[in-house]
Amino acid sequence: MTTVSMTVNGKQVSADVAPNTLLVQFIRENLRLTGTHVGCDTSQCGACTVHVDGDSVKSCTMLAVQADGADVTTIEGLAQNGELHPMQAAFKENHGLQCGFCTPGMIMSAVDLVKRNPNPSEETIRTELEGNICRCTGYHNIVKSVKAASENMGG
Amino acid sequence: MYSFDYERPSGVNEAVSAVGEDDKFLAGGQTLLPTLKLRLAQADKLIDLGGIAELKGISVSGSELSIGAMTRHVDVANSADVKSAIPALSHLASHIGDAQVRNRGTIGGSIANNDPAADYPAALVGLGATVHTDKRSISAEDFFIDLFETALEEDELVTKVTFPIPEKAGYAKFPNPASRFALTGVFVAQTAQGVRVAVTGAGPCVFRQTDMEAALSSNFSAEAVSGIKTEASGLSADIHASADYRANLISVMAARAVQAAS
Repeated sequence: MTTVSMTVNGKQVSADVAPNTLLVQFIRENLRLTGTHVGCDTSQCGACTVHVDGDSVKSCTMLAVQADGADVTTIEGLAQNGELHPMQAAFKENHGLQCGFCTPGMIMSAVDLVKRNPNPSEETIRTELEGNICRCTGYHNIVKSVKAASENMGG
Repeated sequence: MYSFDYERPSGVNEAVSAVGEDDKFLAGGQTLLPTLKLRLAQADKLIDLGGIAELKGISVSGSELSIGAMTRHVDVANSADVKSAIPALSHLASHIGDAQVRNRGTIGGSIANNDPAADYPAALVGLGATVHTDKRSISAEDFFIDLFETALEEDELVTKVTFPIPEKAGYAKFPNPASRFALTGVFVAQTAQGVRVAVTGAGPCVFRQTDMEAALSSNFSAEAVSGIKTEASGLSADIHASADYRANLISVMAARAVQAAS
């Protein structure tokens, strides 16, 4: 067992974990933050996307011990004081989902995307979301949601 | 995943002395961790290189660009130094995998793995780069040996890659639509030593396309290479593309790389 400590959604957390514990397992099973989903478990679908020190990463492809000392944000950490994050609000407003399974990862990637490209074109949004797979929507309303959010986020 | 021990050294010497016979270095983990999860690989111990500051960073000195082994794809893609010295390399890095992979994956991890469809091997061979390890310096052409095989010894660690800055260079790939790996990718460079053309994804290991190098030496234009046909024998064939298809892609991607060269 190895002791890991990190900040998750602003809170300091610490636990003893086996070195082969994935970050997503730590988030879901130790911290009981089940908004981060495991979709494919083969590093392709992006449902498990979280932010580590501000960058979107697939938490099924990172060990919990690699996040020791890091600042992690999950989907649960986006809303502030009961107010949805503009990206969450835009997905709701534009119906950027159907079953909702990919949505947490999609939103975490989209927040990072807009941080890097404050005023993204439709093409940029589509290419930058390559790491997130949705099997319901055909992506159209997801792209609309991200575009709308980028405008609301001051892009 | 099978269980393993874990160590996070803070220096290269410490990392190299920690590695045993059945241990593995962990760089960005974007290939190693999925492979361990599928139990296609197993390690007694992972030596995480993420805490070694001396392995990170990009610098330009005179006619050479240097990239530390633990520098992430996103950092190569966004670096002002890379964009001004070798824009084709920044372009290449910005098209590896997807955003999440680029936020973790590293140049050292990519080249040590030597996936036949990886992008970086084309840039290293195309630019005539040098791979530096804790023991020695190896020219890129001697470094990449065969499918997933490099010149690295078991306990040898890539520390940085140095690239001579070319007059101009370009990279074009036909990405696998699912994985974004190169079905075929071609890197062309006009260098002080002449024109170099390197092909990745088409065969079991990156290789130079010497007939195209000769053609581009006398006429550096897309027309000079678009008509050069490559023999399909020896090229890879799988569910994604036949060897003939890849052979044709070499001509098409070479022409696009020449057009994109800057």
